[in-house]
Amino acid sequence: MPVEIPKDKWTGKVREVSFGATAADGGTRSKSIVVGGDTTLPYMQFEAPTPHTPVIAVEIKSRRPEDWSTLLEETWGDAMNDPASWAKAAEAAGADALVLWLTLADTPEDAVKATKAVLAASALPLMVFGPGQVEKDNELLVAVSEAAKGEKLVLGICEDKNYRTIVATAMANGHLVSARTPMDVNLAKQLNILITDMGLPANRIIMDPTTGALGYGIEYGYSVMERLRLASLQGDGMTQFPMMVTVGFEAWKAKESKVGTGVPEAWGDWKARAIHWETLTTTALLESGASIVVLRHPESMKRIRAAINELMAA
Amino acid sequence: MALTGIEIFKLLPGGQRPPHPKANCKECGIPTCMAFAMKLAAKQVELAACPYVSEESKTKLAESSAPPIRLITLKGPGSSIKAGNEVCLFRHEKTFYNKPGLFVRVKASQANIAAEVAKADAYKVNYVGMDFTVDGFAVEADTLSGTSDPTKFADAVKAVRSATKRPLILVAKDAKVLEAGAAALPGETPLLYGADSANWEAMGDLAKKLNAPLAVCADNLDTLADLTDKLKGKGLEDFVIDPSSTKLGASIAKYTQIRRLALKNFRALGFPVISFACNAADEGIAAAQAIAKYAGFVVLDKFVPELLYGLLVLRENIYTDPQKPIQVTPGIYEINNPKPESPVLITTNFSITYFAVANEVEGSGLPAWLLVCDAEGMSVLTAWAAGKFDSERIAKAIKGFNVASKVSRKRVVLPGHVAVLSGELEAELPDWEIRVGPREAVDLPGYMKTALNN
Ligand code: B12
Ligand code: SF4
Repeated sequence: MPVEIPKDKWTGKVREVSFGATAADGGTRSKSIVVGGDTTLPYMQFEAPTPHTPVIAVEIKSRRPEDWSTLLEETWGDAMNDPASWAKAAEAAGADALVLWLTLADTPEDAVKATKAVLAASALPLMVFGPGQVEKDNELLVAVSEAAKGEKLVLGICEDKNYRTIVATAMANGHLVSARTPMDVNLAKQLNILITDMGLPANRIIMDPTTGALGYGIEYGYSVMERLRLASLQGDGMTQFPMMVTVGFEAWKAKESKVGTGVPEAWGDWKARAIHWETLTTTALLESGASIVVLRHPESMKRIRAAINELMAA
Repeated sequence: MALTGIEIFKLLPGGQRPPHPKANCKECGIPTCMAFAMKLAAKQVELAACPYVSEESKTKLAESSAPPIRLITLKGPGSSIKAGNEVCLFRHEKTFYNKPGLFVRVKASQANIAAEVAKADAYKVNYVGMDFTVDGFAVEADTLSGTSDPTKFADAVKAVRSATKRPLILVAKDAKVLEAGAAALPGETPLLYGADSANWEAMGDLAKKLNAPLAVCADNLDTLADLTDKLKGKGLEDFVIDPSSTKLGASIAKYTQIRRLALKNFRALGFPVISFACNAADEGIAAAQAIAKYAGFVVLDKFVPELLYGLLVLRENIYTDPQKPIQVTPGIYEINNPKPESPVLITTNFSITYFAVANEVEGSGLPAWLLVCDAEGMSVLTAWAAGKFDSERIAKAIKGFNVASKVSRKRVVLPGHVAVLSGELEAELPDWEIRVGPREAVDLPGYMKTALNN
């Protein structure tokens, strides 16, 4: 029985956004990364090809974190002691891009030093995130933005409370911003409007709609991303941005990944469980529309890479 | 999908061309056939109220009111599992209803079948107050090519059945082998897997004889639709579809196509889908995809608790009604037999929040009163940001649940994330000592042992 496959016809398209400047563009990156450009729902390749392979970015910190799971410490080892060696290790582990996440303890000088060290150690496209406290983010990111002028970094976290400063410095220094809102379609849209109103070209915005980990609110992130992608395909211009999610950060915050003792026996093997926590969360979010996933564990990266290859092969 | 009022109207006396002589006769109690059609679409009246609907129209209307994805139930002697009856493509449109059954595969040639199954069968894991288990087992004949031995398969099924009372899926491509297995399950409803282009007649006859749902397998939708159509001709109605893809790209496309077609009332594919995640390169990732993207049954390779737990949680999350976050009842909860001098910990009634805190305190062995405020099922910070968890509400809960009558030392501990509330709360509760706890629940036991002990 010949079955007529129903195909959605959309009018909208997610904007194509590129970050990381090569020598040709005035930067020092070995490649630029392009995300977005989607004209249909994720991986519905019988309707239209998924134009760009989703990106696996790895989270590294400006200084050795003290609250990371020992499983992560085991795998990254001494590389975690300084951002340059961590960046190299992440690149060797197969990252497409790096997220240098600054901390509250950093001064602007520390932040600039860390950024430069990472830029020198690895030629991968780079995103630099502040610790997530408005004033501190402004202070650190402005310094970083100026010091890395022309590299086409992605600067985050750009929120409703601090977008002005971060957008202004991104505009002045040729960077992009990662616009974060707490799991809400309208808030995401509103922030994108505010940012574009300031004059930052729309192809220099990536949305971070926020997610929760498996067991800790993933369903909200999952549905908000589905709704944002639907809105963008239906032609809502202020939702037509590629999305990134900090899955590693969320998944490794969960008790399931973080600790191995004093937990129910039914949770099974700790390490295997922790990796599943990160990969299962990532799988669901890739399929609800994430273009960039920020991970923490090399084994998760490997598995997600294989999954992405299968999704792209269609 | 149900017919619209206009579509229904065309099937009523007034909508026929030429109109039926009784058109708009009002005998149904409604002024016109059109108005009756509208009420029918809104399910406000019964079709039987109109005495003049043709038999043909009746069949069409009955068909259209059937759910777009047929409900399939598998039954074992101890439990049953349902799949189907879904109504939407995206969970935010309504909700997803019947959680996909998670089955563990057992190969007939495997050693120690009963012991392996017993382990998986006994598995139980708690997530925010709910106990989750596996839903059943899939027993697979040694080879799918049809050379396996019916007696051996039957023995394997018996061994599985000796160790679990959950529903089974019987997997073989030879109807004789399946029949031998099914004979070991009197009175049950297993899923028979499965019919393909080569064996469908024999499988159809067996399914008919056993009155059991039958899985149909093919790697393309044309053949799948063909198979269910031909098998319907044998009088079968209950199917499960296996689009037989092991690669993520192909499966997300096919599963989505099947769900879309089913919701458009394409009856030949209006059945739950089964995913053999066990045959994919990464079964965890394949199973996660299947859970989020429309599978009704998911078969896993082995019993691996750390994976199963993650998948069970994902399934719960995806199938949570987006309109109602999972909540616990507000009130004062006793943990580890609190005494009058034990501290009062304050939290919200979002299940995830409540259990994060309750589990930590319980695990520490330290006694405490846990006061769960009505924050409309929101987490601490969400509720705080939404104005549902403020000093006024907390004070109201303390008074409302008469906490003062239970304690000798009037001392409450706020979650660290809402330290800002402490000043206002002091004003609301002048005779109470207001303490600010750590931000994360994991640090509560340490805090209770040290900071709170002076
Ligand atoms: C999921 C989520 C939602 C979901 C709601 C889920 C729910 N049912 O609560 C949705 C999408 C609906 C939502 C909505 C909003 N959200 Co919201 N949301 C989140 C998110 C991502 C996770 C929250 C969560 O579930 N955490 C897990 C639970 C277990 O954490 P918890 O309750 O805090 O409990 C922990 C601790 O507090 C502690 N604890 C708990 N009780 C106690 C008690 C004691 C005594 C102690 C010591 C410790 C303790 O233990 C727990 C485990 O460690 C957070 C960001 C994040 N990643 O944290 C934002 C977040 C909480 N949301 C935020 C906001 C602003 C909102 C909105 C107001 C946005 C808007 N304007 O629409 C709305 C408000 C809701 C409304 N108006 O209806 C902000 C709050 C900002 C702030 N600091 O004020 C956050 C932090 C995001 C951000 N960075 O901006 N949100
Ligand atoms: S009974 Fe009602 S629906 Fe039927 S023909 Fe008369 S008016 Fe029309």
